[in-house]
Amino acid sequence: MNRRLTAEIWKHRKAYAAISPFFIVFAIFGLFPIAFSMYLSFQKWDGIGDMTFNGLNNYRFMLGDPEFWHAVTNTLLIWVYSTIPMLFLALVLAFLLNASFVKCRTFFRIGYFLPNVTSLVAVAIVFSTLFSSNYGLLNYALNLFGLQSVEFLQRTWGIQFAISLMIVWRWVGYNAIIYLAGLQSIPAVLYEAARMDGATGAQAFFRITVPILRPIILFTVITSTIGGMQIFTEPQVLVGNDGGPGGGGLTIVLYLYREAFINNYFGYGAAVGWGMFVLIALFSLVNWRLVKGSSN
Amino acid sequence: MATSKWKTVALHAVLIAGFLLSIFPFYWLTVMATRKTGEIYGYPPKLGFGTQLLDNIQRVVSTIDFFGAFANSLFVSGSVALLVLFFDSLAGVTFAKYEFPGKKWLFVLLLATMMAPAQLSLVPSFVIMAKFGWVGSFKALIIPGMVNAFGIFWIRQYAEESIPTELIEAGRIDGCGFFRIYWSLMLPILRPALSFLGAFTFIGVWNDYLWPLIILNNERKFTLQVALSSLNGIYVTDYAMVIAGTLLAVLPLVILFLFVSRQFISDIAAGAVKS
Repeated sequence: MNRRLTAEIWKHRKAYAAISPFFIVFAIFGLFPIAFSMYLSFQKWDGIGDMTFNGLNNYRFMLGDPEFWHAVTNTLLIWVYSTIPMLFLALVLAFLLNASFVKCRTFFRIGYFLPNVTSLVAVAIVFSTLFSSNYGLLNYALNLFGLQSVEFLQRTWGIQFAISLMIVWRWVGYNAIIYLAGLQSIPAVLYEAARMDGATGAQAFFRITVPILRPIILFTVITSTIGGMQIFTEPQVLVGNDGGPGGGGLTIVLYLYREAFINNYFGYGAAVGWGMFVLIALFSLVNWRLVKGSSN
Repeated sequence: MATSKWKTVALHAVLIAGFLLSIFPFYWLTVMATRKTGEIYGYPPKLGFGTQLLDNIQRVVSTIDFFGAFANSLFVSGSVALLVLFFDSLAGVTFAKYEFPGKKWLFVLLLATMMAPAQLSLVPSFVIMAKFGWVGSFKALIIPGMVNAFGIFWIRQYAEESIPTELIEAGRIDGCGFFRIYWSLMLPILRPALSFLGAFTFIGVWNDYLWPLIILNNERKFTLQVALSSLNGIYVTDYAMVIAGTLLAVLPLVILFLFVSRQFISDIAAGAVKS
């Protein structure tokens, strides 16, 4: 039996060779670092000298550090400020684009998707000029309406608003395109039948469209949860390594980056990585439950 | 009939407003790149194009090694994209078209690896690169990204639908080996799937920031994103130059995207709906 299996494997050695690069690369650069980060998180290490065993101290320090909790709160707030309007707008946009009488649909799709392929560093630089206190276009617009200028990038909420707006701008089109594909997969007969039975447009939307789109909505919620928990480039380029005045832009990954690579607390950085992992897992689970549960 | 005409107009008005918001930052970037620093910092802001574009670009090119950073980004993104195309398609067609013991399990394992959060291993990955002596080297940017689960999944889906099994038989009868069948018979069929995967990978690597920021410690090796961010941090007094550099960094990708956009967008959607 064993010999036959060996012979069978040997016979297909070329197939195994063809798929092996992925598994080798993942073992070295994916799996091993995860195991290693568990080990590192129990060590005290500056990256150069000797490692010393530190027990649970890294985790204890993390849970007791107000800066860490500040970063967690900021990340969650930015997630809420960005994801809810983003997915809502995307759904509306997809619905509008799906209307049978829309002209130049491709043209619109390209325009809406364009932000998504733009580099985040560039986006953050452009947005920093839009939100600037003295010469920013946004304050100019406020003044035109007779309102006072706001020092957006000097305030916690202003920084979070700017970051959220960047995320919304970059991802509405992407999510709309995905919803649109889902909408287009719904056979028109279903709507015909609903109309014959006397259903209103709103009824058709909530009874046909939303249930069919639910798995796709779930997908976008989960991907934006995972993405939103890992926000880094927007705040780092916009307000720097400390998250700006008041620290409103200090996200978890920015905190991790600062502790590990600026302050050289490598062991601690690994522990923060695990903290973030637990947070992503919990938060994804909650969101999954919410989207799934609302169907029953 | 009158209401439906109103509806059409209102709908298009909303779509056009959204479209303008979507492309406005690009317009604003271009406007600022054509102005002097004093005009950018001026109030009220000037909303139209200026005349300083070439001047600004000239200063970008003479202040930092812009073309060097551009070439670095091109090299890294291009290498990763080519390697991904090769290794992902090879593995993808193998999963799609061949039977071998443990295939199902290996594919489930492959899908499971997509769940591993990248940022968790930021610190240990850096330590590993330091042990390999790859800190500051492009190897640290290229090798870990040279093959990925998403692309294998993508190619497998496409190959299952588009490559007829008789093709493999015919190839065997003609004396083609495993690799020959892949290279000469299957790759041409996969072309549409490959062009999406290539563009997707290239754009992703081109825009990467955190990992290159950690790995690259020598200005001569900076990719465009890292160079741009350091330019932004240093030259506050010559902001027009920073903006012109930003424009130059964004432009190639916008052009690349416009070329592939139609297929690219529907493939993105298809990928999401499938998974």
